[in-house]
Amino acid sequence: MLSVDAIVIGASSGGVDAVGMLLAALPSRFRTPVVIVLHLLATAESLLVPVLAARCARPVREAADKEPIEAGVVYVAPPGYHLLVEPDLTFALSIDAPVNFCRPSIDVMFESAAYAWRERLLGIVLTGANADGAEGLAAIRRFGGRAWVQDPESAVAPAMPAAAIARAGADRVLSLEAMAAALAGVEQEPTGVGAT
Amino acid sequence: MNDSAKDGQAAREFDQELKLLLEAIYLRYQHDFRHYAVASLRRRIVQAMGLYGCATVSQLQDRVLHEPEVFAGMLQYLTIQVSEMFRDPEYFRELRSEVVPVLKTYPSVKVWVAGCSNGEEVWSLAILLAEEGLLARTLIYASDINPEALRRAEAGVYPLDRVALFSSNYLAAGGTGSLSDYYHAAYDGVVLDRRFRQHMLFADHSLATDTVFSEVHLVSCRNVLIYFDRPLQDRAVGLFREALVRRGFLGLGSRESLRLTSHQSAFDEIAGTHRIYRKC
Repeated sequence: MLSVDAIVIGASSGGVDAVGMLLAALPSRFRTPVVIVLHLLATAESLLVPVLAARCARPVREAADKEPIEAGVVYVAPPGYHLLVEPDLTFALSIDAPVNFCRPSIDVMFESAAYAWRERLLGIVLTGANADGAEGLAAIRRFGGRAWVQDPESAVAPAMPAAAIARAGADRVLSLEAMAAALAGVEQEPTGVGAT
Repeated sequence: MNDSAKDGQAAREFDQELKLLLEAIYLRYQHDFRHYAVASLRRRIVQAMGLYGCATVSQLQDRVLHEPEVFAGMLQYLTIQVSEMFRDPEYFRELRSEVVPVLKTYPSVKVWVAGCSNGEEVWSLAILLAEEGLLARTLIYASDINPEALRRAEAGVYPLDRVALFSSNYLAAGGTGSLSDYYHAAYDGVVLDRRFRQHMLFADHSLATDTVFSEVHLVSCRNVLIYFDRPLQDRAVGLFREALVRRGFLGLGSRESLRLTSHQSAFDEIAGTHRIYRKC
């Protein structure tokens, strides 16, 4: 069974439903922190946390600047900011220029998470209509972390998962249903959240 | 060593060299980035390495130390934030409704825009205060560590292609006229009303190394603290606390808060606002 210290998820067009489906599969005892970057239209931004929380047995919160990342919590990047993971496993926000026309950018979050968690990280790229996340997923794999990608055939928008597979490859390419089942089985080592 | 272990090692070496670079910049140029959040810095340094053709951070350090113009260029990478006039319009609406009525009770008003970057917020505040009839007795201090940014802030010239966004922000922020009342077009940009300039004072000031320079009634410091680590956030907010008059106001970015600083108990958050605090 796969054991990691954190899971990072990137999704864009069609992503609210896809992420919601994965979160709905997490058991209430799930201890691994989950960090999500979802591209949204500005008008839908404020609803994201309650919409996801309604489908998830774990607490869902917007990630706050300098907040320590806690076990068992699902974090969502705030709209309009890049979300980064610091080496001490706290969050940092930035308003640096958009990357891939996106802020938050999946690449920015994934790369910082790869630095912070190295091989103890699972990165997931879901449905989307751009190529954000492909570089970040490649960084995660370079550091020895795992990469799962939604099967483009099953995605509402196939471009993003297809770009991720082309750029980074993947340890597993899964339908959402299969991914939800696999995710529920991911375990965290009892040693704690932090990389040692 | 397998490939991922090598990458882990390379990342550790990058971070070590980054620390050395920041130490070198501090010793040589007295600009202190040692308490900046690391993950963003990494990205900016990688960009700068590309620009200056350096394969390692140490090579970049060599150039920064021996070519002052490379440091001047680096400073742009390390500090510049692109902002907007009236960014987060609700912040300016709340300044109008919650802060301006109190400011009007003072015979003269001092405002500090800390980390003003290219000055979009300085000019936005000047317009807001002018519309509220306060600018005539107000002095706005605008500070930054980047002399190039201060020069641009003082010039108040912005590209034409950003004006549509600025205008819609202005209206959403509760502007009582039209943004075009306050600028004229010049070449491919707009120039903000020079009459506002006499109410602004631009100053090279570092939240990391300098002290308080004046008593003020309002500090606006938005999306600056997020680039700092917690000790430096504490230092900066400590300066604001010291500079503010009793019951003075502190405005932060929409995703910044005092919750994780050591000064939380020294401020009340004004109910219903987006990050406007009042000193106890």
